[in-house]
Order: sequence, then C-alpha cells, then structure tokens
Amino acid sequence: MTQHAGALSGPAVETPPRTLSERIVRALNKTPIHIALGIIALIWLAPTVGLLITSFRPRSDIQATGWWETIFTLRFTLENYQEVLQARGMLQAFINSAMIAIPSTLLPLAIASMAAYAFSWIKFPFRDTLFLVVVALLMIPVQVAFIPVLNLFRETGLTRGYAAVWLMHTAFALPFGIFLLRNFFITLPRDLIEAARMDGASDIGIFRRIVIPLSVPAIAAYGIFQFLWVWNDLLLALVFVQNGALNPMTRQIQGLLGTYGTEWHLLAAGGFLLMFVPLIVFFSLQRYFVQGLLAGSVK
Amino acid sequence: MASVTFDHVWKRYGDVVANNDLNLEIRDGEFMCLVGPSGCGKTTALRMIAGLEEVTEGTVRIGERVVNDLAPKDRDVAMVFQSYALYPHMSVRENLAFGLKLRRVPKEDIERRVQEAARIIELANLLDRKPKQLSGGQRQRVALGRAIVREPAVFLMDEPLSNLDAKLRVQTRAEIARLHQRLRTTTVYVTHDQVEAMTMGDRISVMSAGILQQVGTPQQLYEHPVNRFVAGFIGSPAMNFVPVTPQSSGDRTVLRDGNIEVPVPDRLRSGLPAGDGRQIIAGFRPEHMEVAGATGDGAATMRVTVDVTEFLGNEQLLHMRSGDHDLVAIVDTSARVKPGDVLDMAVPLEKLHLFDAESGVSYDAPRPTGAAAAAAAAA
Repeated sequence: MTQHAGALSGPAVETPPRTLSERIVRALNKTPIHIALGIIALIWLAPTVGLLITSFRPRSDIQATGWWETIFTLRFTLENYQEVLQARGMLQAFINSAMIAIPSTLLPLAIASMAAYAFSWIKFPFRDTLFLVVVALLMIPVQVAFIPVLNLFRETGLTRGYAAVWLMHTAFALPFGIFLLRNFFITLPRDLIEAARMDGASDIGIFRRIVIPLSVPAIAAYGIFQFLWVWNDLLLALVFVQNGALNPMTRQIQGLLGTYGTEWHLLAAGGFLLMFVPLIVFFSLQRYFVQGLLAGSVK
Repeated sequence: MASVTFDHVWKRYGDVVANNDLNLEIRDGEFMCLVGPSGCGKTTALRMIAGLEEVTEGTVRIGERVVNDLAPKDRDVAMVFQSYALYPHMSVRENLAFGLKLRRVPKEDIERRVQEAARIIELANLLDRKPKQLSGGQRQRVALGRAIVREPAVFLMDEPLSNLDAKLRVQTRAEIARLHQRLRTTTVYVTHDQVEAMTMGDRISVMSAGILQQVGTPQQLYEHPVNRFVAGFIGSPAMNFVPVTPQSSGDRTVLRDGNIEVPVPDRLRSGLPAGDGRQIIAGFRPEHMEVAGATGDGAATMRVTVDVTEFLGNEQLLHMRSGDHDLVAIVDTSARVKPGDVLDMAVPLEKLHLFDAESGVSYDAPRPTGAAAAAAAAA
C-alpha cells in the first residue's frame, strides 16, 4: 500500500517546488523582461509626469529650470490652476467640453447599437451589402466633409449651438461603432435570440432585454473610445463650434498658446485639467475596456 | 392543447429541399418524436411549427388555425432548445418569468406559476441562482421549466438531452416522459437518437433526406418497418441486411446467398417479383437470431464464423461473418461461444423482413415503389 501511495505521489514531484532558490532563479529569468517593460513605461509616462509637475511649479521656476529639477527646489503652487480656471475661463470650457462630449458619445452609441442589432439579427434585403457599405465609410476622412457639411449646417443655423458638432461627431463615429458592435452582437448565440422571440419578445424587447445586457463590455468599450476621442478633439471643435462662449477645453488651451505666447505654467495646468477626465473614465472603466477589446476575438 | 398538422409542406433553401411534401398530423396531447439522421429535415419541421422558419409551400396548422404567417409569440407554443438558451444575465426566477412578463401576466400570477413550475422541475431552492451557477442537468430543467410556465398548447423540444451525459440523459428522459403524462400537452420532440424516440414517443415519425418515411407507434416501426431505411434506423444494434437471390427448386422458391438460405414465407409469396435473378434484401434483427435454433421451412438458416464476442452481462453480442457479410447477433450468455467458432444460426420466418433491393420498400407492406410514395402512404 505504501509503495502504491509512493507511486501515486510520483507525478507530484514533477510540479515545480516552491523553494527560495527556485523563486530567485525564476525572478532572474524574468528580470530582463521586467526591466524592458519598466523602461518603456518610464518613457511613456515621462511627458505626463512632466506636465503634472510643471503644472504645480511657480512660473519663475518653469522659465528657469526643467521640471526634473523640482527635486532640488521642491517649490509647488496652486496658482496656475487658480488662474487657468478663473481668469482664463477654463471652468466654463470644462463644462462646454462635457456638453459636447456626452451627447456626442450617447448619440452614436444609441444609433450604432440599434443599427448593429438590425445588421446582425433582422433579415432585410441587401443587409450584408449595406453593412459592407457602412464599413467602407470608415475609409472616408473627416476633413473631406468639412466644407459641404459646414455650408449645410450654416444654412440651417446649427453651428450657433452644439448641434453641429454633435451631429458631425455622431456621423463620423457611426461606421466604426456599427462595425464593432455588429461583430460583437453576431457572436451572441442564435438560440438565445430565438428563445426570446418564442417567449414573446419583439425586436425592441430582444434588443433591450437580451442583447444590450449581454453586450455591456463591447458597448462600454465603444463608449469609452468615442468619449475620449470627442473629449480630446480639437479639429471638429475648431470648425463646427462657431460661438466662442461654447468653446471646449481643447480650443481654450489652444487659445492660451496663441494669445499669450508660450505660457507654460498655464498651459501645463490646462493640459492636465484636460487629461483629468479621460484618466478618470479610463481607470474607472478599464475593466470593460480590456474585456471589450478581447470580446469577439476569443469568444 | 392542440393538434399540429403539416399539410403538403415544403421547405426549400435555394435548391436544397429540407422538407419534401411533408404530411403529418400530430394529435392533441400526443408525444410525437421526429427522428432521423442529421440533415433529414426534422429540426426544420420543428422550427416551422415554432415560426422560426418560413414555410415555402403548404400549410402548417396548430389546432384549426393556419399559422404560416403568424409570429412565433402568437402561436401559443414553447420551445426547449438543444443549447437550453437560458438568458445568462437573469436568475432562474427571471428566466422562468420572462415570457410571462412580456405577456403582461399579473405579478401574483407570475409568482404563482413560477413557483409551480419550479416545484415540478424541482428547482424551487435555486430560483435566485444564475444559469452559470447551475449544473448541466439543472440548466436543462430550467429550460423545461421555462416552457412549462408558459402553459402553451404545444411543447417543442429540439434534442433537449444531447448535451447531457449518458446517465443524466436516461434520468431526464424519464422525467420528460413523466412530465408529459402529467401535463398531457401536445409535444413534438426532435432527436437523432432512436432509443430516445422509441422510449419516449407515443408515435414516431422517421425522416430521411427531407422525406417522411414512416409514422407509427414504436412497436409498429419495430415490427413493421415500411422500408429498409426505417428498418435499419430503428433498433439497436441495427438490423442485419443480406442481399439474396430467388432460386426455384421444384415448386418452391428459396432465397439464397452463399451459406444463407431463406425460404419464402407464405405471407410474402405472392408479393415477390417473379423470375430468378432479381436481388432482394433480407433483413433480420440481431435479437431474433438463435444459435442452432429451428431449421427447415420455419426459419432462415445460415452458417457463420464468429469474429468477436462482447459480453454484456445478461446477453452477449456476436460479431460474425457469413461469406462477404458482417452480421451481428444478440444471444443468451448460456450459449458458450468463442471467436473462431463456426455456428449454424437461424431466424424464425415471422421475424424476417424482405425489401426490394432498388427501392428499399418492404414486401411486407405492398405499396407503390419510390420513397415519396411510401411516405405519402405512411402519412
């Protein structure tokens, strides 16, 4: 019996022992990878860290020394933020950015998900051809549409408010959104859709009660993409926001550059304020972000 | 409850015919199994009842109502899917209640019916679990429960047991049969497993290549298959088939092939094709073969060499050869047989089936040749 037990425990010997030396060897084996990753992360982070530190440095210091020299002085101030927020209208611009970015995210999200549902689960003539056309629209650069669309919007007065920029962002976000979401929706099991249909759900019911809850990762990923894109956008804001009072942060920061030469202390503070929201969005929803990117590829 | 009727139903996908002039009546309260190999059109037929596939031609009726153009939700049918198709983001309770909620059934009624269904499927204590927290068997029961709770006129089941392991399958088979005895709801059950069909169905429809081959009780199909396909499909292990040629000797005709000799049974004498040389297929089930049993005019006889024996406990399976033919027999374990033994086997004539070699139609059921004609006559 003892011998038998010994034989049984045989394979267990082959599993790696958790001794100290083993761990050290393992760590050493992986060290080059860790070092490389660390260097890449440092290079990537340096500008952001520099911006963050600069935004808290007094103007005189910024003009005299580099941000890395803060280690020796350790002088910090909140004045830059105060000035940018109060005197340079960055608070209003922050609100304007939100006013542009939130509808410009929700609108394409709603339309793209409904269109993607139709392209995946409703039968209609030329469905796949139409889908290909939509995908082909991905190739059209936004710049070629500026002049005709702007003429159109001016005649209708849309450029006086946010509507023009909302519509423009929505229109150019839809092809990617429809493409991404359709390719996710199509991976949902057909039986599930049919079971809901047998249970009495209409297409709207299936969309709302089955497809949307099961596609949260993909929808969240697309929403984050779109929000970040719109939040960081300067080009469309320059062309389609024609009322100065409605300028988003990107335009306001650009204004800092132009009007006052290079006011690094204000620019850094404004820049970091601009980054603040995307950082929060990303870190709070990163779970969905990673999941959503993988979704569809491994399912 | 309601009957389900297929009236000259065709289903085509481009050039592919999935259902070829299907005529079938499933009676009120009946448990009907649609059985056949993959791609025979059984699932398509089921999905046409459900409303998930359009009917190309002909009419499908549920009760007296023609349902061809009716949406699935208006047909008063509930379906159990092979994959169970439980809503993964909903609890068992929500899964069961989903269909009722959509039909705006009052809240108290929903709760009462969910509790009742949960009691029937014995999942009352798991109502708050999500499907991923359940075992395969439990998921399968939830899928059943979701159909029960709707109290539909017809249950449709699409291979509901094929994802379960063998032991659970046998157990659940009995549960579904019990459920049907209790609820007496018309049930259409699709399976490729003839054992499932034989054990569960009040009647069975055997399909092949889009054509309905035969409809009947399990016993009718087993004892009187109308053609070679049904004969081979029903029963396990499958029926042995041997091509034989009629040879006249004096005033009587004997069917022969090598060591196999089959006297023509009286009941079939008039139906057999006249003249020597035309091939006929003799069919006999493994369980009807006897070691050195009756001989002479009362039985077909053959000399065989045993290849392999499989001991099954109360009986044994013999794999044998006779000339070019592989044969299988199930015999009592008291017959001590070893591989290499040469045996004389016999099949009583009343257990013998004869089929036309070309059309496959059984001479026991004289009818016009051609599978479609056979199907029409069977329906």
